[in-house]
Amino acid sequence: MGDFLRVLTDNRSLFVDGFLTTVKLFAIASASCLLWGTLLAAMRVSPIPALRVFGGVYVQLVRNTPLTLLFAFMVFGVPKLEINISFFRSACIALLVYTSAFVCEVVRSGINTVDQGQGEAARAIGMTFIQVLALIVLPQAFRAIVPPLVSVLNALLKNTTVAAGFSVLEAGAIPAYLSERGEKQTPTLIWITIGFLVLVFPLVSTQRVLERRWRGSR
Amino acid sequence: MEGEPVSAVLYDVPGPRARLRNRLISIVATLLILGLVAYVLRRFEATGQFEAVKWRQFRLPSIQRELFAGLRATLKAAGLAAVLALVFGAVFAAARLSDHRFLRWPGSAVVELFRAIPLLILIFYWYYVPLQYGEPLSTLWALVLGLTLYNGSVLAEIFRAGMLSVAKGQSEAAYAIGMRKSQVMTLILMPQAVRSMLPTIISQLVVLLKDTALGFIITYPELLDAGKRIGGRLTYGFPYLPTYMVIAAIYISICLLLSSAANALERRTRRSHKTTAAPAPPPELAAQPGTVPP
Repeated sequence: MGDFLRVLTDNRSLFVDGFLTTVKLFAIASASCLLWGTLLAAMRVSPIPALRVFGGVYVQLVRNTPLTLLFAFMVFGVPKLEINISFFRSACIALLVYTSAFVCEVVRSGINTVDQGQGEAARAIGMTFIQVLALIVLPQAFRAIVPPLVSVLNALLKNTTVAAGFSVLEAGAIPAYLSERGEKQTPTLIWITIGFLVLVFPLVSTQRVLERRWRGSR
Repeated sequence: MEGEPVSAVLYDVPGPRARLRNRLISIVATLLILGLVAYVLRRFEATGQFEAVKWRQFRLPSIQRELFAGLRATLKAAGLAAVLALVFGAVFAAARLSDHRFLRWPGSAVVELFRAIPLLILIFYWYYVPLQYGEPLSTLWALVLGLTLYNGSVLAEIFRAGMLSVAKGQSEAAYAIGMRKSQVMTLILMPQAVRSMLPTIISQLVVLLKDTALGFIITYPELLDAGKRIGGRLTYGFPYLPTYMVIAAIYISICLLLSSAANALERRTRRSHKTTAAPAPPPELAAQPGTVPP
């Protein structure tokens, strides 16, 4: 037990830096993928064929590619185009590109759950497009969007660990560092697990609460 | 994918003015997309990514063998993990559906825990912990067991949701004719649950296949690892980008093949269920059609 605590206290700065980087990656990637994913969803439901095709092709390609491959592409491939991006930014971009495809699908299917008659009725009483969107469709779609969106974000949080394989010192990279320092791996991994449980908990409980509150009200 | 109708809830049937406007936006959007593609292609061209030396190597049998060996390793890990995860999922779904608290609670705890831990960390457990005790596990098994725990837990939830979604009258009728709980589960609920959950199960197996790429990080010699070796050769001018494009094409075609199988199955089951009551999707899964989170 003393050994177990010692691994954390001896390497405190490494754990703190690691989890801070994880949170930073998560914050940047989640904010940008919500934005880009929503834009993609808007493209996929729009009446403009070019945008629909673009959104559809993007989602199909990205969803069927492993995240690790996107990381490898950003870290080993993109520098060959003489575009130099830091490892941290590469990780953010890989996570953004990957997760936005899932955000897009959640938002799109959320919009599709709203009954067509709702929009027709709103237009019949003379609402403009913006009014239909903001007052009628989005409030109803919101309930279908938020719970699965939280699980997408939950997956994103866990996926930040993939950056460990690509030179970003976040929580997932701690085992490799401590392995070099000759520390025991079991306590290290348990501490990382505890760290992730603490980070995941608020996401999972929000999702549970929302699902319970909105069950049957749709 | 593109065949769906325009969202009728958001957009009215366009009149003459809207049609004109849509056409204008179409032209601008097409130009923008073409411009983006042109920029990427020019960037590739300018840095010599289309040079023959970078692409010719894919005709060499030795390079093809290397790629195939990687693909085989990927499929081997995915196959093993899929079988084990299905077994794990079935066992823990059964535990969670049990009438006995001493089975239900540990079952729930295990499933919830493994779904909350990042998959890579689970793989690290199997990789580093045996190493610490001087009994290293091969990278294949570290990867397979990590994938099993995570995907098995997700599958357990899918199975459970499927069993719960079967109409209540089915099990009531079975109990009424004197079946025991084990008979109701295996003869009545499971066949119907598997049928309605098959598309979801297959999408989860696609996720599992993609996640085998994490083996790259613990140096399991799978497809991405082969790609790194092929891409890192000076003789062919470090063909990272061509190699990754080839590998992406392999992954995408395998996953699309599996997904289209799932879609075909879904269409078939939907058709044959028309006479009976259509199975309602379980509450947790209903909100996310087609998007099993990664």
